[in-house]
Amino acid sequence: MSKKVMPKKGLIGAIIGLILVVGFYIFTRQSADHAGGSDGDVIHITCGMVGLEFKTCQEGVALWEKKTGKKAKVLPAPNGSTERLTLFQQHLAAGSDNIDIYQLDVVWPGLLANHFEDLNDYIPQDERRQYFPQLMENNTVNGKLVAMPWFIQVGFLYYRKDLLEKYHRPVPTTWEALEETATLIMEGQTKEGNSLWGYVFQGKAYEGLTCNALEWIHSQKDGGTIVEADGRVSINNPAATQIVDRIASWMGRIVPEGVLNYEQEDCRGVFQSGKALFMRNWPYAWGLLNSDDSPVKGKVGIAPLPCGINGKTTGALGGWNLGLSKYSKHKKDAADLIRFLTSNEELKRRSQAGGYFPPMEKLYQDGAVLSSNPLMKAMGLVLKNAALRPARQTRSKYSQVSSAFWNAVHHVLSKKITAEKSFQEADKKLNGLSQNGTKWV
Amino acid sequence: MSHPSQSSYNKSQLTRSRTRDAWLFLLPTLVVLSLVAGWPLLRTIWFSFTDASLSSLEATQFVGIDNFMYLLDDATWRQSFKNTLFFAVISVSLETVLGLLIALVLNAHFKGRGWLRTAVLIPWAIPTIVSAKMWGWILHDVYGVLNEILLFFHIIKEPLAWAASPDLAMASVILVDVWKTTPFMALLLLAGLQLLPQECFEAARVDGIHPLRVFWRVTLPLLKPSITVAVIFRTLDALRVFDLIYVLTSGSLETISMSVYARQQLFDFQNVGIGSAAATLLFFIISLATIGFIMAGGLKQDGR
Repeated sequence: MSKKVMPKKGLIGAIIGLILVVGFYIFTRQSADHAGGSDGDVIHITCGMVGLEFKTCQEGVALWEKKTGKKAKVLPAPNGSTERLTLFQQHLAAGSDNIDIYQLDVVWPGLLANHFEDLNDYIPQDERRQYFPQLMENNTVNGKLVAMPWFIQVGFLYYRKDLLEKYHRPVPTTWEALEETATLIMEGQTKEGNSLWGYVFQGKAYEGLTCNALEWIHSQKDGGTIVEADGRVSINNPAATQIVDRIASWMGRIVPEGVLNYEQEDCRGVFQSGKALFMRNWPYAWGLLNSDDSPVKGKVGIAPLPCGINGKTTGALGGWNLGLSKYSKHKKDAADLIRFLTSNEELKRRSQAGGYFPPMEKLYQDGAVLSSNPLMKAMGLVLKNAALRPARQTRSKYSQVSSAFWNAVHHVLSKKITAEKSFQEADKKLNGLSQNGTKWV
Repeated sequence: MSHPSQSSYNKSQLTRSRTRDAWLFLLPTLVVLSLVAGWPLLRTIWFSFTDASLSSLEATQFVGIDNFMYLLDDATWRQSFKNTLFFAVISVSLETVLGLLIALVLNAHFKGRGWLRTAVLIPWAIPTIVSAKMWGWILHDVYGVLNEILLFFHIIKEPLAWAASPDLAMASVILVDVWKTTPFMALLLLAGLQLLPQECFEAARVDGIHPLRVFWRVTLPLLKPSITVAVIFRTLDALRVFDLIYVLTSGSLETISMSVYARQQLFDFQNVGIGSAAATLLFFIISLATIGFIMAGGLKQDGR
C-alpha cells in the first residue's frame, strides 16, 4: 500500500466518523424533541398498578377527556413505592417535562416540594377546605400545597371467616389472641392435611415493612412512632422492642419465613390461594379477594388491626396525592385534570369502582359510598388513631430514617439479633443523622 | 516483523503515517466515549468530594475525603463490600468449572450438537430482570415450584424460604447467577477449545495416554489463555452485580452489593455525594482487579 493513499483513507474515515457523531447528536436531539413535542397537548399522568389502581385511574382520565375534549395519557408507575420514588426523582432532577402529573406518596411532599407547583394557585379555597385537614397540612410545605389528596389507606387485618367459624374463634382484637388463634387453627388444619400459615404481612426490607412495624409499635401503649412530632428519636423503648420480639418469635412457626421477602402483592398471592389464615394488607386487596376468580371469594372478613398491650387499634396512614410538576408545559390543563380527579364526584365513583377511600370527610356520611365498601365505617374508627409515619418531622431525611427502621426490624425478624440490641443501634444512627433529634434538615 | 533491509527513514515515515491514521480512525470513538463515558465518570468523581444532594445539585460544597471516610466507617458499606467479593469469587469459580465441563461436552462430536449448543445459550439470552423475576417465583416459599419438587422427592421436609431466609438468600442469588452465566462461560471456553491444535491430542491418543491425564497435561495448559480472559470478563461483571440482586432480594442486608448500596445512597437517600463516593470506590476496585488480572495474565504468557 502506498504512503500517499493512507492519509486520504484516514481522512475519509475521520469524516465518516464526524458525520456519525453529528448525525447521532441530531438524532438524539430530534427524538428528545419528539418525545415532548409530537404529543402536543397531551397531558401525561402517572398511576400505580396495584390491584385495580391503573384501571380505575384510566376510567377517571377518560371521563375528563370526554368532558373537556382534551387528551391525556396514563403512564404506569412501578408497584414498589421505593422504586417509584427513585424513578420520579430521576425525572424531576433532570427537569423532564415528559410527565405532567405525578402520583405522590403521603411521605414524599417534604422530599420533593422543590419540583412541584403550588396548587393553592389552581384550586379554589372552598374546594380545598373539604379534604381532611391533617392531609392538607401533610401536603403543605412552607405554605406551598405540593399535592392534592387523592385516596387514603390504612393497614387492615384480613381473616378467613370460614375457618374462624369452623373452629368457633372470634376475630382477634389483640396480638396475643391472634397468636393463639393462629396456632390453634394451624394445628387443626395441618392434622386434616391442609397446610396453612397463620399470618402474612409485608416483611421485605422496604417501605412496606416500615408501615407494618410502625403499626405494631404504635398499637402498644407508649410505643411511639420512631421519631416523635417534636423530632425526638423514640425508637428504642421497651414497648416497641417487646412487640417486635414477639412478632419475631412467630417466624417459621405461624409466619412463613418467606415474608422477609414479601411485598403487598406477595401476601395477597398467599392469602388468596387459601394458604394463610390472617393477612395484614392495604384496603385495595378487598375487591380482588372477592372477585369472581378468587378461591377465597366470600370467605374473607376484614377488621381493624389488633391492639398491643394496654394499647389501641391503629393503622399506618398511607395514601396517594396528585402533584403538578414545575416542569410541565401544560400546567393549566394538568391542574384542571388534578382538580377533576380529586373532585367530589370522581372520588365517589372511585370508592364504588375500586373501593378507594376518599380523603374527604363528608363522603363518609354518604350512603352510596358507605354501602360500596364494608370498611368505610370501620375506617372512621381507625382514622382517629392512625399512625402517621414520621415524614413531616424528619423532612428530607425521611427515607434514611425509614430505611434504618426497616433494616433494624428486618434484622430482628431474621433472628440475627434481639430487638433491644437492634433498636439501640438504630437509635444511635437516627440520633447521629439529626444531631440528637434537634436538627432534621 | 521489521525488516533490517528497509531504510530507517522509510520505516519511521510509514510508522508515523500509520500512527496518524490510527488516531484519525480512533477519533470518533474517542469523542463519543469521552462524551458518554468520560464526562459522567469525571462528574461522578467530582461529586464524590462534595456534599451534593439530589434535591438541589446546585448548592454543593467541597468536603474533601469525608464521604470516603464515611463509607469505610459504615457497617452497611463494609457488608456490601464483603457480599460483593463473596458473590464474585464463588459465582465465578462455579461458573468456570461448570462452563468448562459443558464446553468439553459440547466440543465432542455427537448428533444434535448444534441444537444443544443453541439450547444451552437460552439462559444467557434471557434479560437478567426477567430471569430474576422468574426465579423469584420458582424460589417462592409458598407457591414456588422448587420447593414442590424437593418436597415431592423427600429431599427437604418443609418448604424453604430461598430468597428470604438470611442463610439461603446469598446462595439463591449465586444459584441464579450461575444458571444464567454458565452458558456465557461455556461459549467462551468452547471457542478456545476449538482453536487448540489437534496434533497434540492425536499424539496423545497414539501414545495411549489416559484421557484424564490428557485433560490435565494438555487441554488445561493450552486452554489457559481462554480461561484467563473468560474469568476476567466474568469477575469484572460480577463485581458490579446489580439487577439480579435488586430484583431477587432487593434491600436485604444479607445480599446488598456495592452497586445496590451506591444506588440506595444516590436515589433513596438523595446523598449524591456519598453515593458518588461509593460508585467511585467501586470503579477503583474494579480497575484494580483489572490491572491485577492483566499483570497476572501477562506474567503467565511471558513464562510460557
